[in-house]
Amino acid sequence: MKFDTVIIGGGLAGLTCGIRLQQAGTKCAIVSAGQSALHFSSGSFDLLNELPDGTPVSNPEEAVAQLDKSHPYAKIGDRFTHYAQEAKQLLIASGVGVHGDSKHNTYRISPMGTALPTWLTLDDFTTLESPDELKGKKILLVNITGFLDFNTKFVADAFETAGASCQIVAISLPEFERLRQSPTEMRSANIARVMESGSVLETFIARLQEKSKGFDIVAVPAIFGLASSQTVSTLKKQLDIPVYVISTMPPSVPGIRTQQRLRHVFEQAGGYYMLGDTVVNAETGDGRVYSVYTVNHGDIALQADHFVLASGSFFSNGLYALMDRVFDPVFDADVEFDPNRNTWYNPSVFASQRYRTFGVATDERFRIKIHGKIQENVYAIGSVLSGFDALQEGCGAGVSLLTALYVADNLKK
Amino acid sequence: MNTQQYNISDNNFEQCLKCTVCTVYCPVVPVNPNYPGPKQAGPDGERLRLKRGEFFDEALKYCLNCKRCEVACPSNVRIGDIIQLARIKYSQKKPSLRDMILANTDIVGTLSSTFAPIVNTTVALKPVKAVMDSVLKIDKHRTFPKYAGQTFVSWFKKNAADKQELYPNHVSFFHGCYINYNYPQLGKDVVKVMNAIGYGVHLLEKEKCCGVALISNGLINQAKKQAHINIESIRKSVNEEKRPVIAASSTCTFTIRDEYPHLLQVENDDVRDSVELATRFIYRLLEEGKVKLKFRDTQPVRVAYHTPCHMEKLGWGYYSIELLRQIPHLDLVVLDSQCCGIGGTYGFKKENYPTSQGIGESLFNQIKAAGVQYVATDCETCKWQIEMSTPYEVKHPISILAEAIDVEGTMKLNK
Repeated sequence: MKFDTVIIGGGLAGLTCGIRLQQAGTKCAIVSAGQSALHFSSGSFDLLNELPDGTPVSNPEEAVAQLDKSHPYAKIGDRFTHYAQEAKQLLIASGVGVHGDSKHNTYRISPMGTALPTWLTLDDFTTLESPDELKGKKILLVNITGFLDFNTKFVADAFETAGASCQIVAISLPEFERLRQSPTEMRSANIARVMESGSVLETFIARLQEKSKGFDIVAVPAIFGLASSQTVSTLKKQLDIPVYVISTMPPSVPGIRTQQRLRHVFEQAGGYYMLGDTVVNAETGDGRVYSVYTVNHGDIALQADHFVLASGSFFSNGLYALMDRVFDPVFDADVEFDPNRNTWYNPSVFASQRYRTFGVATDERFRIKIHGKIQENVYAIGSVLSGFDALQEGCGAGVSLLTALYVADNLKK
Repeated sequence: MNTQQYNISDNNFEQCLKCTVCTVYCPVVPVNPNYPGPKQAGPDGERLRLKRGEFFDEALKYCLNCKRCEVACPSNVRIGDIIQLARIKYSQKKPSLRDMILANTDIVGTLSSTFAPIVNTTVALKPVKAVMDSVLKIDKHRTFPKYAGQTFVSWFKKNAADKQELYPNHVSFFHGCYINYNYPQLGKDVVKVMNAIGYGVHLLEKEKCCGVALISNGLINQAKKQAHINIESIRKSVNEEKRPVIAASSTCTFTIRDEYPHLLQVENDDVRDSVELATRFIYRLLEEGKVKLKFRDTQPVRVAYHTPCHMEKLGWGYYSIELLRQIPHLDLVVLDSQCCGIGGTYGFKKENYPTSQGIGESLFNQIKAAGVQYVATDCETCKWQIEMSTPYEVKHPISILAEAIDVEGTMKLNK
């Protein structure tokens, strides 16, 4: 099989890069070992919330200059703002409605009810200008009876800590009771499907209207809009007070919809999305990769002019850690890590963890190295890269989106 | 020493991160609340069953074995295999007469082909359907695929076998039950296309049903027996006669390649890579420039391609799609990859009928909205389901190719 570009990894980074290249008229394939981390999405995309030393960031565009040169953003340099805007445009043009601005972070509400800074947020969710906005508000917190992936008590506690008053109610409808016959399947995606069927949404809205009288805000779990965002907008339109959709424990309904939307756009543009396949081998030489082999395609190689490694970090098996080393299972590219394992972890679980900054080493154009040799036609993007702690800095989605677009544009040249 | 690598079971359930992605893509869960879902039925339940077998839940029979959970799993857990192996190991339920009839495609096929006109007429009669529905629990909405009067094998022996040695290259053809008993035309199309590109087609020394229906209906010993016979014949073909094996059915191919070692412990390492779909075989030859196709001048046609579940698992939809795209005047719409709901014999069972149709509904709607003349797919049971549930005819990519090529022109190009 011959492609212009083969992308390894079908999550946010891989799909963004693929859409950009495919829409520019080149032929791409994405090989994805299973579904991506978008299925655990909070519904927001962070750009930069904190500097590595812990200083909070309110304007990512300004703060980015303070990052070390090993940070992926430093390689994007003065194109940072440009690509941040392009990323937002690409999402919106792909049917993934988002709001937010790279000049100032807003606040999203976490599944625990706390306000956390963020950049872009799916239009399903409400963002706050300041965590104090909830002060003095009367909030009705609604759950579906039997749905355990939404921790109402935590959320209510957090709302009350923020100065709001909160009442919890659970709504039962016969359609959800049917789902409860299999308690292990009483999950967000399945509830969302029921919500989208027949007249369930209408009945649910009617119940909300009746119960939310006298409240300022009604808060509901993110169990709307698996197939389309229509469900959420209908819900918001029909209630006369603001509806706050709060993300749930995985799977994330808005995240799944985002993944499926991006994949659809990539495929509509003529791209090949090979799901459930794993790259096992590559043909390399003279500082280039010529082709890769996968489990499913066996002896039929995927040849390409360019390769993009978007395989994710440890969680997505893009990086493997053994007792004494960290490696990339696809190309065995050079990885930046400390061979002294004792330095990998901080015993405080909420602290920044050094292992999270490990990743594939790249040159200024995000090209990978194998045994110290730059590979001319192989690029790495997203969380497989080294030099940042996505959780502590709050920059995971931003690195994925911006490096994907930066590399796609450099390939096109 | 890395102790972790020594602590992984055969079906790797320990790799499960509990991310629940599998439950999103299970086609059964949204329509059948009695099914515990792939995560619970698979890796979660496995932990319990390993402690005590009595934790086995008979509701695992609702699993379609579509493997879409495995395709979705980011950690490569063989969820579908775990579920099927648990059924094999722990299920106390004996297969019913109905299950045996549905599973024994070989025996039933042989009998039915012999008396094809009688069988076809009889099983289509309303009173017969009613009896099958109430006594055998085979749903009355189902129409059995018609049996052909002459099997593919007897046609082949009478009309094609002698000429095959004349070709410079050779393959063996695993035709499967459907081609042999119900739809010999597809087998004839395979022979036509392969001959046109210079390949002689041969039968395996012995061919039994691949066994997929036996596995899903719990007839494991018989499935193993048949798997051994097939693998021995495939070995003879590949190793002694130097003939790779091609098939037209995505499910037969998948079963021989992956279910034999994973579920039946019938090892196939030495020949696995030599068993593939005809579309992949032809694609490879075209890509390597070893063969060329010449097409007839035909009317423009718009076709929808449906990716069967086992095709999705194989990851080989690409080959059929690319092959169809080579046909001039054929405008291909690739449908979203989703289960049609039939699951082989699953959808024929009365208790599964509503589930089956519920699963397929969005696919049927997509097909109806696609504005196509017909549908293409590589699986015979998907074909039945789509033909029973939409107004469209369903054709195999090889049959479409057979219609589209100029046989003499193609032969000349490949001389």
